[in-house]
Amino acid sequence: MIRSLLIVLYGFVLGSGLARSSESVPVVASGRAQLLDALLTPPARQIAAVRALIGVEDAAITPALTAWRAGELYLVPLPNGALVPATLATAPDGGDFLVAISVLDGLPVPDSASGVGSAHPLRIVPKSLKSLETTATLRRAIRDVLEVAGVADASPSVRYESIERLGQSRKAEHLPLLQARLAIEKTPAVSRALADAIAFIQLSDSSPTVRLVAIAALGEAHSLAAASRFKELLAATPPPSSEEVAALSAALKKIESHWKTVNFFGDLFRGLSAGSVLLLIALGLAITFGLMGVINMAHGELMVVGAYSTFVTQNLFVSALGTASPFLNLYFIAALPAAFFSAALVGLALERGVIQFLYKRPLESLLATWGVSLALQQTFRLIFGPANVQINAPSWLQGSAAFHDVLFAYNRLFVIGFAALVVFGVWLVLNRTSLGLLVRAVMQNRQMASCIGVRATRVNMLTFAFGSGLAGLAGACLSQLGNVGPSMGQLHIIDSFMVVVSGGVGNILGSVAASLGIGSVDQLLQPLLGAVMGKILVLFAIILFLQWRPGGLFPTRSRSLD
Amino acid sequence: MSVPAKLSDVEPRFFTRAQWASFLLPTLLLALVLPLLNALLPSEHLLRPSDFTLNLYGKYATYAVLALGVDLLWGFLGILSLGQALFFALGGYAFGMHLLLMIGKDGQYKSKLPDYMVFLGYKALPVHWQPFYSFSFATCAVLVIPALIAFVFGWLAFRSRIKGVYLSILTQALTYAAALLFFRNDFGFGGNNGFTDFKRVLGADLNSPTTRRVLYVSSVLLLAGVFLLYRWLTRAKFGHLLQAIRDGENRVLFSGYATASYKLFVFVLVAAITGIAGALYVPQVGIINPSEMTPEKSLEAVVWVAVGGRGTLLGPVLGAFFVNALKSWATRSVPELWLYIIGGLFIVVVLFLPGGLISLPARFRLLWARYRSRASRPDSSTFFQQP
Repeated sequence: MIRSLLIVLYGFVLGSGLARSSESVPVVASGRAQLLDALLTPPARQIAAVRALIGVEDAAITPALTAWRAGELYLVPLPNGALVPATLATAPDGGDFLVAISVLDGLPVPDSASGVGSAHPLRIVPKSLKSLETTATLRRAIRDVLEVAGVADASPSVRYESIERLGQSRKAEHLPLLQARLAIEKTPAVSRALADAIAFIQLSDSSPTVRLVAIAALGEAHSLAAASRFKELLAATPPPSSEEVAALSAALKKIESHWKTVNFFGDLFRGLSAGSVLLLIALGLAITFGLMGVINMAHGELMVVGAYSTFVTQNLFVSALGTASPFLNLYFIAALPAAFFSAALVGLALERGVIQFLYKRPLESLLATWGVSLALQQTFRLIFGPANVQINAPSWLQGSAAFHDVLFAYNRLFVIGFAALVVFGVWLVLNRTSLGLLVRAVMQNRQMASCIGVRATRVNMLTFAFGSGLAGLAGACLSQLGNVGPSMGQLHIIDSFMVVVSGGVGNILGSVAASLGIGSVDQLLQPLLGAVMGKILVLFAIILFLQWRPGGLFPTRSRSLD
Repeated sequence: MSVPAKLSDVEPRFFTRAQWASFLLPTLLLALVLPLLNALLPSEHLLRPSDFTLNLYGKYATYAVLALGVDLLWGFLGILSLGQALFFALGGYAFGMHLLLMIGKDGQYKSKLPDYMVFLGYKALPVHWQPFYSFSFATCAVLVIPALIAFVFGWLAFRSRIKGVYLSILTQALTYAAALLFFRNDFGFGGNNGFTDFKRVLGADLNSPTTRRVLYVSSVLLLAGVFLLYRWLTRAKFGHLLQAIRDGENRVLFSGYATASYKLFVFVLVAAITGIAGALYVPQVGIINPSEMTPEKSLEAVVWVAVGGRGTLLGPVLGAFFVNALKSWATRSVPELWLYIIGGLFIVVVLFLPGGLISLPARFRLLWARYRSRASRPDSSTFFQQP
């Protein structure tokens, strides 16, 4: 019934509505009026009307034209005969009907049949309307409008991208628009992009002085796109004038040296974060191996326990809150203590079950814990499957910040900060609490400590659990940087033992220095030698380093022999 | 530490008559009777060991040589080297190079070059491969390359008195780094896949039962020879010195012995012998790849020694055969439990059976003696149990 009514209405409007359309819309900005005009004029005049939109600033233009180009724009007839350009969306209350969203104001088109000022949206039967048609030439015109409209978009990132595109197009006709925009642009990054784009277009200018200025400006701006363009120009036939060649190569050199520096600092930053990861893993080891003298080959697996408890926490959050909840991002905060305590618990069981019998036989603790690590790996495989599990980074750890063109990824920044925090925490626990005092006493001389009434067994238990908990924290952090799978622990165990050995056993500071050093050297060597060769070289360097200083960076001094 | 053999325990003779018997009998059985049975009996005969079984035992024998090396270092000298699989694999690679060149033009690509080189676009054989056409050169390389690596590493490590756990971690890092290196294609040793598809050795077809029997017998004879050599070494004064270094290196050092030289000598000797074992292993299994030199393989060899009983020479041989037979069975029948089995074996042996399987009879004897003495005299506990 409604459907047939609508069809009748539609036919009526098609016949008579066009002429009256402009008066039906209430007061609009001039840009919007132009848009409406372009949408409603007869096809013959449409291309010119669309092209007239170039450079016009209005928030409604981009979505309207984008929808039009995609064939998703409809002219919705109102009962009073007017036509409203709108996109269709499913009704919020479900049902078989669609609602029309006006592209002029982004609001649902009200159903004026149910009274003036009613809040009910107009309901439309699916497929009752035909989308506004386009032709190839029209789509090209729309593309040109959109390209330029992006320059005035409200979002800086959209502006940035479309400005870059305009620069790359090297069309002189865009110059006035870009220059006009530069005069009013407030976001610094976008202003820089504008200047770059203008200079880029000016590279093809007919006047040599303008070209020289543009070359110098692009060199100053360290534009990578300009560098490849410069190379093209230098290789072009006929070759540019000698003056220009000199300017081009000078600018090219400037750009390349800038990016070399940027890459160096980028590598250094990645090295620092890789070092922090190593540090997080090695810190637990520095306690269990360095202080207690236990070679825990299952340390890597304790780390995996931490990573898997992050995974489990994430899944718990998802099942409790649903996938859409904004609080989902907080799961990682809850995962950190979960990882610490679950790994500490496993560590506690390990200490009680195996290690407590082996304090005097360090080599054998190596073998027994290796057995434990094999069993744990197989357990992970049985519980979580042999494949890697999916851990989604919370949104506040995604993305990166740029500073002088060097990208600082948030997850890496977080790891660095977190490692610093954990080191500080460990230092606090060991040096500023009574537990720390007991730990150090037992580690220095177990028998003497128990003679003066320290419950050495309990201190051992707690220390080992603490070290294991740190491994769990490392695992939780690592789940944000890499894959989480059953054999993930094996990847890091040898590296972290090397950190503790080269830092000096029994010395937290040594581990800090060694892990940051190893991490940075590793990352700096990687671009030169490739990932594996760099790693091999670092391993050999450590072996040689230990020849020179067998006790590591900061050896524990002692007069005792054997 | 397990109980060291005290000087007073040492018999003046190399082997007692009973020990000769218990050495020669299994050697003869393995090296003579089994291959003869395999060669002469018809294939469906009940007593005939299959070709597969012989091949398997040959593999175990090379493993046992590897285990003996681990034991000489760990059980007698106190060096837990986690890099022995590296020497094993290096010997295997050196001999594998020769075997690969012996394929000639029978490879997939019908080229003079080994298949993987053709695949990677090599134009000519690299210079360092040329001498491996000679069997004798390859045999020398099998001995020299592991020995050389062991010498350089050992010289550096023992000179700066790195010992105990640190040495274990360093040897582990060494073999880890080497495995990473060999895993790379551009290192020139076949990358992930290593060498495989061997065809002949010394002109004999590797797939013929006769060649396989010869390889098997040589493996068993190598094992027997190495056993005698190590026995002789550990019985001599030299052997006592090794154990002294294990139990108190500084005292030995202060008594005027250059302990580092002793350690280096044993380390290099063991590396060379392990290399031979690796060289015999490769033609029998038909493949050598970098996974043979990962730290896990070295640790597995340590398990054989620990399970068999370290500080004895028979123990590692038993352990190598027992654990590998167990592995062959478990990876076929209960593959998902294998890691639990070997992990559990590790823990149980370390915690409850430091002497290994070989110490079981003595333990039972002790228990039996205790039980007997308790049964013969009136026990106080029985008094309270009476109603």
